[in-house]
Amino acid sequence: MVVPRVWRERVARYRMVGKKCPACGKVYFPPRDVCPTCHRESYGKMEDVELSGRGKVYSYTVVYQNVLGYELQKPYIMAIVEMEEGPRVTGQIVDCRPEDVEIGMPVRAVFRRLGEEGKDGVIVYGYKFVPDL
Amino acid sequence: MVGIVTYGSYIPKYRIRTEEIARVWGDNPERVKKGLRLISKSVPAPDEDTATIAVEAARNALRRRRIDPQEIGAIFVGSESHPYAVKPTATIVAEAIGATPFLTAADLEFACKAGTAGMQAVYGMVKAGMIKYGVAIGADTSQGAPGDALEYSASAGGTAFVIGKENVIAEINHTLSVTTDTPDFWRREGQMYPRHGGRFTGEPAYFYHVLTAARKMMEVMGTEPKDYRWAVFHQPNGKFPLAAAKRLGFTEEQVKKGLVTPYIGNTYSGSMVTGLSAVLDHAEPGDRILAVSFGSGAGSDAFDITVTDEMANYDRNAAPGVWDQIERGEFIDYALYVKFRKMLRMGGDPIA
Ligand SMILES: [Zn+2]
Repeated sequence: MVVPRVWRERVARYRMVGKKCPACGKVYFPPRDVCPTCHRESYGKMEDVELSGRGKVYSYTVVYQNVLGYELQKPYIMAIVEMEEGPRVTGQIVDCRPEDVEIGMPVRAVFRRLGEEGKDGVIVYGYKFVPDL
Repeated sequence: MVGIVTYGSYIPKYRIRTEEIARVWGDNPERVKKGLRLISKSVPAPDEDTATIAVEAARNALRRRRIDPQEIGAIFVGSESHPYAVKPTATIVAEAIGATPFLTAADLEFACKAGTAGMQAVYGMVKAGMIKYGVAIGADTSQGAPGDALEYSASAGGTAFVIGKENVIAEINHTLSVTTDTPDFWRREGQMYPRHGGRFTGEPAYFYHVLTAARKMMEVMGTEPKDYRWAVFHQPNGKFPLAAAKRLGFTEEQVKKGLVTPYIGNTYSGSMVTGLSAVLDHAEPGDRILAVSFGSGAGSDAFDITVTDEMANYDRNAAPGVWDQIERGEFIDYALYVKFRKMLRMGGDPIA
């Protein structure tokens, strides 16, 4: 991820700030500029909304491949989380053994390192999920 | 009244036992467990660092009291393990809790007392009327050299305090410091692990500064140990704070609740502040607390604190307490510990 993108997306990634359509009330994350249902009615009127970070596991997979930057975390869990506010968000589930994750499990967002641009590059931070005890 | 408006701590989930470290290095675990009172220590996950710990601690504080982050005028993060050599951790915390852009922020360093130095800075700014709220965080992911005595204690964790004038749950009655040039522990630029003066770390360093700061505080305030319900002293191991308490005339009962190092290790800048956080988790209105940090190099910051009636209206349960987090630990072996702490030379890494 290049520096301008890391910078541009920091608010969404750090605080899970999405957009809410003022016409139909639907919440989008990642944020969208236009509601795909309400089109023109929503244009320029989409409101910032900070998600609570709470949700449930909608689906998940356990990754056993060597993925660059994730060698130390293998095997790791990638999930689609259905957030309290509605949107489905892809994210890693940490502090959880692969055998303990299940569909419907409550999770909450935490702040973690997502990666780095090499040893001398920028560190990318953002949300991951942990089981919500 | 200036004091703590809310507070929160974060301790990584993973732990390693003293026996497991001793097994690898051929040490006698009983010597460490009985002599230094170290049973286990926390280990950060591979995707955790001082910034992530500081953010989680700050968020736990804001869960307990939902102040408007835009009213935070200063954030100071004290640590000796900031993720960047140049690029402040405090900026990452400010962005992550929604406090940007109108605030001042900086990272502080003073071995294990950088977090309390931050508390003093924001306390002064609030008292002077410069800012409404200030956030002081002590957080670390400290490491001792493999096989060194420090490896049994150097751990990870952190605590955040929001200081303000309104809805204060714990009033800071007074704070003072003791500072000298004492080379008990240091790390030179570019070196991976710190070095320490061995036995020199005890009497002229830890005990001189902690005892002098505590005695000076009681002299200034006209108090005695029996006037405090709780006392918290910096905890580089489980033995030093108990010895300091005894020499000052405090009982084990007064320090027990805030003594977390035997289970999570020395979280450095997070150490005394996490002990104080554990005490606040159980404190009741009217309780008086003496809290003294210590940072090698060397110095101590002392705080005389009184829990207010506002504590009764405060939602401590909105975030996990320190002892809740201690009990949630998952133990790993030395091999996983080495991987988590990135002590392995990986393919593509340069020859050191
Ligand atoms: Zn819509």
